[in-house]
Amino acid sequence: MLKYIVRRLFSLVFILLGVSIIVFLLVHLAPGDPVRIMLGEDATEADVERLNRIYGFDRPLPVQYFIWLGNALQGDLGTGIRSNLPVTLLIFERMPATIELALWSLVLAIGVGIPLGVVSAVRRNSWIDFGSMFAALIGVAAPNFWVGLILLSQIALYVPWLPIGSRGPSFPEALLAIVTRLDFVVFWDHFRYVLLPALALGTSIMALITRLTRSSLLEVLGRDYVRTARAKGLREFTVVYGHALKNALLPVITVVGVQFGALLGGSIVIEVVFAWPGVGRLIVSAISQRDFPVVQGSVLMLAVVFALVNLLVDLSYSLVNPRIRYG
Amino acid sequence: MASIASAPAVATRRRMNPTLRRVLRNKSIMFGSVIIVALLVVALTGPWITPMDPLRQDIWERYEPPQGIWVDGEFNTRYILGADELGRDLLSRLIIGARVSLLVGLIATGISLVFGVILGAVSGYVGGIVDDVIMRIMDVLLALPGILLAIAIVAALGPNIVNAMIAIAVVRIPTMARVVRSDVLAVKNEEFVEAARALGQNHLVVLFKHILINAWAPALVLATLGMGTAIVAEAALSFLGLGTQPPQVSWGRMLSVGREAIRSAPHVTLYPGLAITIVVLGFSLLGDGLRDVFDRRLKDT
Repeated sequence: MLKYIVRRLFSLVFILLGVSIIVFLLVHLAPGDPVRIMLGEDATEADVERLNRIYGFDRPLPVQYFIWLGNALQGDLGTGIRSNLPVTLLIFERMPATIELALWSLVLAIGVGIPLGVVSAVRRNSWIDFGSMFAALIGVAAPNFWVGLILLSQIALYVPWLPIGSRGPSFPEALLAIVTRLDFVVFWDHFRYVLLPALALGTSIMALITRLTRSSLLEVLGRDYVRTARAKGLREFTVVYGHALKNALLPVITVVGVQFGALLGGSIVIEVVFAWPGVGRLIVSAISQRDFPVVQGSVLMLAVVFALVNLLVDLSYSLVNPRIRYG
Repeated sequence: MASIASAPAVATRRRMNPTLRRVLRNKSIMFGSVIIVALLVVALTGPWITPMDPLRQDIWERYEPPQGIWVDGEFNTRYILGADELGRDLLSRLIIGARVSLLVGLIATGISLVFGVILGAVSGYVGGIVDDVIMRIMDVLLALPGILLAIAIVAALGPNIVNAMIAIAVVRIPTMARVVRSDVLAVKNEEFVEAARALGQNHLVVLFKHILINAWAPALVLATLGMGTAIVAEAALSFLGLGTQPPQVSWGRMLSVGREAIRSAPHVTLYPGLAITIVVLGFSLLGDGLRDVFDRRLKDT
C-alpha cells in the first residue's frame, strides 16, 4: 500500500509538471504579444515595458517557464492585472466556495440517487421504476447549466426563501454557529443558497447513481446468497438492506469517485449561472478581462485539486472494498 | 401444423446477417436513430423550413410568449415558440442552430477520431518509448477536467467557433487514444497479424489493414457517445461567450442570452436546452445500443 502511494505521488508530480507546461504555454499560444493583448491596443510604451519587465516576456521561453514555475512552487502565481492583487490570494479566497459546491452536489446526488435506485430495483417495473428511469435518462443528457437555468426560472422565482444567485454563509461558518451557539439559522441560510446550484451541478451524477444502484442491486438480488437468505425466512427488508445493498453499492462508489473530479470542471459553468463566487467564475471573468496570470493560476490550482481528489478516491477504494489490494 | 406450413417460407427467406438483426432489434439504437435522423433532416433543410426569418428583428415583439401552432382556429406560423430579446422567432433560430450543433459535433468528433486512432494505434503497435511518451502526454491532458481544458484552450486561441471545435477535439483525443491503444494491444499478438508480417507486408499495412479493421467497434461507439459530449461542450462554451459569436446562431448562445430574462421570458431558455437534451439523448441511446451490439467489453466505461 505504501509503495503504491509513493508510486502514485511520484507520477502525480510528473503529470502536474506536464500540466504546468500546458498552462504556461497557453499565454504564448495566443496570437500576438501577450502584453499587448493584456493591456489593450491603447497601452502606452511605458506600461508595456513595465509589464514586460515584471513578467520577463522579453526572455527566451524556457527561461520564462522556469522562472514562472519556480515562483509558482513558492506560492507566487503572479499578480492579477485588473485587481492588482496576488493571484494566490484571489484563488484561495474562492477555492472553498467551489469545493463546497462540489461536495454538496455529491451529497445531494447520493442522498437522492441511492434511495431512488433502491426503490426502483425493489419495485421493478412499477410506475415509480419507470418514472425514475425516465428521469435518469433525461438527467444524464441534460446539460447541467440548462438544468440550473430551469431551476432558477421555474422554482427559485416562485419560492420566496430560495435566492436566485450568489452565496450565503460558508459551511464552516454555519457549523461554527451550530457548535458554539446552537444556532441553526446560519446553517439554514447557508443551505438555501447552495441548494439549487448543487442540485443543478449534481443532476447527471445523481441520474448515474440512480441507474447504477438499480442495475447493480437487481444483479445482486439474483445471486445465490440472496436466495439463501430468503430461504432462511428472513424478512424482505433484511434481505435487501442487510445483505444485498452492501454489495450492490461497490460499483456505485467507484462511479462516484470517478465523477467527483468532473464536478470541479462542471462547476465552472454552474458558478456563472448562479453567480456563485468560486474559482470557475474567477476564470471566466479573468478570460473576458484578458487577465492571463489569473487564468493560468486558477487553471493550475484546479488541476492540482482535481489530481489530489482523484488520488484520494483511488486510495479509498481499498478501504471500501477489501478485495482490492494495491501491491 | 402451422409450424410445418411455414417451414418452407423460412427456408426460402434470405437469411439476415445476425449482427444486422441485432442492430434492428435493439430499441436503444432505434430510438436514438429516430432522434438523430430528425436532427439531420432539420439541419439539412434548415433555411427552407423555418417559419420566419431567424435574423429579422422586431423590437415590438420582444420576448413574445409562445403562440402555439393553432391560433383562433387557424394554422399559425408566427412565433410558435415565442420570440427572443430582439423579437426574433425562437423556433426558426432553433432550426438554424441545429446546424451549428451538428457541425461542431461532427467536426470535433472527427478530429478527435482521426488523431485518437493514429496516436492510439501507433502507441499500441510500436510500444516502447514511443508508447510511453504518447501515453504520458495523454495522461497530462486527462489531468485537467475536460471542460476546464476546453475553456483554457479557447481562452488562449481566442473565442470563436473554430477554436471551440479544436478545443473540444483536443479534450476528446486522450480517451479515444487510450481505447484504440488497448484494442491494438489486444489484437497485436494474434496469429493472423504474425502471418501478415511473415508474408512480408510492411508495418503500416499490417496496422491499418489487419489490426485496426478488427478494432474499430469501440472507437465507433466512443465517437457516437462523444458526439453528445461535444454538443454539450459547444453549448457550454457558447453559453460562456467563448464559442459561436453573433450573428451566428447556436443553442448555447441562445441560452446565455436567455439567462438575462429568466424572470420575464422563461421560454427563451426552455426550448434551446430542451433541444440540446433531446439530441444528446439521441446520441447516447445510439451509442449505448451500438455498444451492446458490437462491444460488450466496453460495457462499464
